[in-house]
Amino acid sequence: MGDDSTTGDDLAQNDGQRFDRLPATDADRTVEGRVSREAVLDYFADRFGIPPETFDDHTFWEKGAGKIWIYAGTAPTPIEIEALGMTCLRTRQEHWKPTTDFAQRFGRHATECVIDLDRDAARRFAAGEDQERDWDGDWGYLIAAHEVAGEREPLGIGLFVHGELRSMVPKGRQREL
Amino acid sequence: MEPLERYRPIVDDFEAFLAACERPLGNAVRVNTIKVPVDRTLEALDEDGVAYEQADWNPRVLRLETDSPGSTWTSFHGFTHGQEEVSAVPPVVLDPQPGERVWDCCAAPGGKATQIAALMDDRGTVVANDSNLGRISALRFNAERLGATSLAVTNADARNYSLSRFDFDVFDRALVDAPCSCEGTIRKNPDALDDWSPDHIASVTGIQKGILRRAIQATREGGTVVYSTCTFAPEENEAVVQHALDEEDCRVVDFALGLDHSPGLTGWDGETFDDSLSRAARIYPHQNDTGGFFVAKLEVTA
Repeated sequence: MGDDSTTGDDLAQNDGQRFDRLPATDADRTVEGRVSREAVLDYFADRFGIPPETFDDHTFWEKGAGKIWIYAGTAPTPIEIEALGMTCLRTRQEHWKPTTDFAQRFGRHATECVIDLDRDAARRFAAGEDQERDWDGDWGYLIAAHEVAGEREPLGIGLFVHGELRSMVPKGRQREL
Repeated sequence: MEPLERYRPIVDDFEAFLAACERPLGNAVRVNTIKVPVDRTLEALDEDGVAYEQADWNPRVLRLETDSPGSTWTSFHGFTHGQEEVSAVPPVVLDPQPGERVWDCCAAPGGKATQIAALMDDRGTVVANDSNLGRISALRFNAERLGATSLAVTNADARNYSLSRFDFDVFDRALVDAPCSCEGTIRKNPDALDDWSPDHIASVTGIQKGILRRAIQATREGGTVVYSTCTFAPEENEAVVQHALDEEDCRVVDFALGLDHSPGLTGWDGETFDDSLSRAARIYPHQNDTGGFFVAKLEVTA
């Protein structure tokens, strides 16, 4: 697997039926369009300020086009099973999008692109409602958070555009609180 | 309640047992320590004005005083998971350690599998298997909501389970929370006894024996296998463990349990079981005001 493999047409296609471990770097890539572990860690660090060492005990995998999974256990690559850890990120689209469950699990390590909501706004976010907000940071996917028992607690992923915070909480995770 | 009459000879204070079976069960939740420590969860519940009682035997089990335990901030954040108090017993008896490889043979909808992951600090490998593809979506939903990253989910029949898909060939521990006639869930599900019949019991015992045998074979020497059901039927409990003792290399071992319970039976309906089966636990609804459960702990031997 030399430099050729990253440039030519000889890259394999993604197989949506199985889990493949992400290559360490882009140069190690053997499957077209697949992101590397390094790219994933860079994204979490650049966008949200989550330190890369947060994920030292985890591996990242792709199953489904651009669906990235984070896993703490051991497994060979490739492996054909139902699930490996949890889904954490959608790539292979213009803007990468973390999952709500990932934000709830790891979003506590974020220092950037976190929007703090009061209890009422948090309630509306959890119910899946969109809301008008002021935000002077980057547009795009943010981690919405509120304070629970004295600490900031991530609610999930929101999309901020044109003065509006859109809740990305999936239907099955939405709650009336 | 008619099917329960057969247990009159083995249950102490049978009338109290029947009365408890007729009372509905309250709402219990387990604190998901993958997300937060217990004290912060209690603080979050206090903040929301949700009253609770902490179980004496397990500080991670709470009895909530609310009709909708799913509509709390602690539930939304995955700090808590609705799980019946006795259902939290088998993973505690299994006692998994961080970094180990553990098999939950019949894992859906995932309450015990995620509890195992939490007891391992979400470090190691929990293979959560279920034969029913439909129930696997519930297992996956719960695992992600609770933030478990150490789960590998498979869809296979546990009786002839192959480890060839993994890069290890033996587990340190296995939990067999077997499909059963569910008599012990009558307080939660008043229809639980509607399909009761001796034939039904006979049909599930074959499956239970097959799964338990495979779990013992797939666990390393010195490793632990816990067998549990939510039923009172000795055919599905002691007789299944006896079958494993007869066919596989294992022994029944003691364990401490902070809940009131009765010993496993050493005989039923003319059949005798190994004396060591008295080390198993029968948890009856009137003893702790819970559902019913059976738990046996096995050590795999050479």
